[in-house]
Amino acid sequence: MKDTVLPPVYLDNNATTRVFPEVVEAMLPYFTEQFGNASSIHAFGSEVGGALRQARKSLQKLIGAEFDHEIIFTSGGSESNNTAIRSALQVQPGRDEVITSAVEHPAILTLCDWLEKHEGVTVHRIPVDKLGRLDIDAYRAALSEKTAVVSFMWANNETGTVFPVDGLAELAHEVGALFHTDAVQAVGKLPIDLMSTEIDMLSLSSHKFHGPKGLGALYLRKGTRFRPLLRGGHQERGRRAGTENAPAIIGLGKAAEMTLATMAEDSARMAGLRDRLEKGLVQRIGHCFVTGDPHDRLPNTATVAFEYIEGEAILLKLNQAGIAASSGSACTSGSLEPSHVLRAMDIPFTAAHGAIRFSLSRETTEEEIDRVLDAMPGIISGLREMSPFWSGDGAQPDGFNPAYA
Amino acid sequence: MWDYSDKVKDYFFNPRNAGALTDANAVGEVGSLSCGDALKLMLKVNPETDVIEDAKFQTFGCGSAIASSSALTELIIGKTIAQAKLLTNQDIADFLDGLPPEKMHCSVMGQEALHAAVAAYTGEEVDEDEHEEGALICKCFGVDAGMIERAIRTNKLTTLEMVTFYTKAGGSCASCREPLEELLADINKEMVAEGAIRPEEAYVFGSAPKPKRKKAQGFVIPDAAPAPMPPAQPSAPIQIAMPAAAAPVAVAEAPQPASGLSAAKEAILVSKIIEEMRPTFRRDGGDVELVDMEGSLVLVSLVGACSGCQLAASTLGGIAQKITETLGRPIRVMPVARS
Repeated sequence: MKDTVLPPVYLDNNATTRVFPEVVEAMLPYFTEQFGNASSIHAFGSEVGGALRQARKSLQKLIGAEFDHEIIFTSGGSESNNTAIRSALQVQPGRDEVITSAVEHPAILTLCDWLEKHEGVTVHRIPVDKLGRLDIDAYRAALSEKTAVVSFMWANNETGTVFPVDGLAELAHEVGALFHTDAVQAVGKLPIDLMSTEIDMLSLSSHKFHGPKGLGALYLRKGTRFRPLLRGGHQERGRRAGTENAPAIIGLGKAAEMTLATMAEDSARMAGLRDRLEKGLVQRIGHCFVTGDPHDRLPNTATVAFEYIEGEAILLKLNQAGIAASSGSACTSGSLEPSHVLRAMDIPFTAAHGAIRFSLSRETTEEEIDRVLDAMPGIISGLREMSPFWSGDGAQPDGFNPAYA
Repeated sequence: MWDYSDKVKDYFFNPRNAGALTDANAVGEVGSLSCGDALKLMLKVNPETDVIEDAKFQTFGCGSAIASSSALTELIIGKTIAQAKLLTNQDIADFLDGLPPEKMHCSVMGQEALHAAVAAYTGEEVDEDEHEEGALICKCFGVDAGMIERAIRTNKLTTLEMVTFYTKAGGSCASCREPLEELLADINKEMVAEGAIRPEEAYVFGSAPKPKRKKAQGFVIPDAAPAPMPPAQPSAPIQIAMPAAAAPVAVAEAPQPASGLSAAKEAILVSKIIEEMRPTFRRDGGDVELVDMEGSLVLVSLVGACSGCQLAASTLGGIAQKITETLGRPIRVMPVARS
């Protein structure tokens, strides 16, 4: 009961983040005072154009783009991804193959499934190893003169594993293909300097780094051929029609500025807290392990797989203890399959169902991590006592044989 | 997060009868780690009376799986084997004040484990696997891909309409239309390959006619002129409470009839309009009745298919428009519960 008095601990920052109060403050005047359309001549929109330019420049800095017009504001990561892949296929007649990985976000995978099924596109899904690292040989083998676009995520949303996208982009260019990266989880957490890479397109989302929801951007390298997804008005230089979401763009700009200002120290601190969390969990609780590539991953993401129990049950108990996390479990998503990412990493079913993702933000404190460490052992042992696969001191490999499998 | 009932939460956070039952004489096990939920149900049955004296469970699964298992044990303790056999998954769900449609499979798992345990006790054959399978396609009616596939294969369905008739999937909000179309096209393709149906019969993705839009019947005024009604003869079942002259509030609200008709004459006209429109509603399986008229408010009761119909608002709009035109002053039509 005493847990309920403590403030809640939010460790689901890969799902979405709290909007910084400064960001809200920056946005507010653009709802009620400077609410005019940026395209209008009159005074109600006169300051909007300047504020939008400033926001674009802040985002340009965050991702190290050479020009600010390389940024196209969209409604979010999913729209950016859809725009990038479809555009790349349309501007390269004769090339009708897409290469992506087995662990992408559904915003890429579902689109690829559709293109493969209904639009005659061939899709190569490159596998990963047990640590979630890309199979580079399979990637090289899939590249050809038929490849229109390669799309690999910069960092995985579930495990935090980072793909070496700059190198992957160079390989794509060897066969003349375009390279896109879904960097929704990487922007704001990793230093990004696009002008020194060969990446052609990059998707990002504002609400993953303390900006407002419903806004994202597509980076489109200068000179990259492009076909808009939405046609209509002249906004974003005719590349994305629709009245600019001015307050959100201005909020994104502020969030980008704040994130960049302290990124180096924040990353180091988050990584320290993440390690403390992971080590603590593994020490205090048996039959669990950390997933992802320990050498190259996001500083804020810890996904720990607990064997013989199911993730949703853990989340409900955590929620009761005032701790918010997420899981790769099937039950939380409504499908019966556990996380496609963990399955692609060949993590056994016994553990994939019980994987819990703790994703930190720069606001996370040591005290919060310690609260998780205190709460988890009891939750896990309580659920294991209820599990038919658990016998008290460990697994029960042969004791439980259900009627069907 | 899921919208669990308080009872589900209670049975998850404070599960009754969790753990191993050492002196169990009937055990039912269903599920597996790969499907994400599994249940071991242990019963202690009195061999003399066939009464289930104690029951315990061990469950690997989500919150609702644990709650369903616990509910199951509560439901069967004290029952005889014969009584317990009659228990359905719906009983488990009802006991928990309902489960989200995506989670109904948890209650099915409970029922299956019970069947397995009973079979173990009586020595019968275990029932065939009825565990739900595949993604939940139609959320309105809780129909999953496995059930749809069985219906398509067994009945050689080749149109979306038939799939809806057989499974109800897609019969309500229709937002599952695209996955449903894909599923039908895929299964038909397999059936063609297996020789079950001819290639020209198979459903091709995207070939379904556009969903028929139901005509908003309330707006449609029959082409044929309505049969002339004897004036001032409202049909028997309609009772009109006349606006009481003593109610100044109602009078104040009511704009002066632009038509210069008396309140009674207006009421008669209104009842006539509604009478004329009733056959249209009845064709759709519903009905509408005039209840009262207060100033600019016309109160009606909607029955049958009309009540709860998503088109109710436009139906009422249609009536309001007709009455407004006839009386020459703005009228609002409001549905009320039947007295």
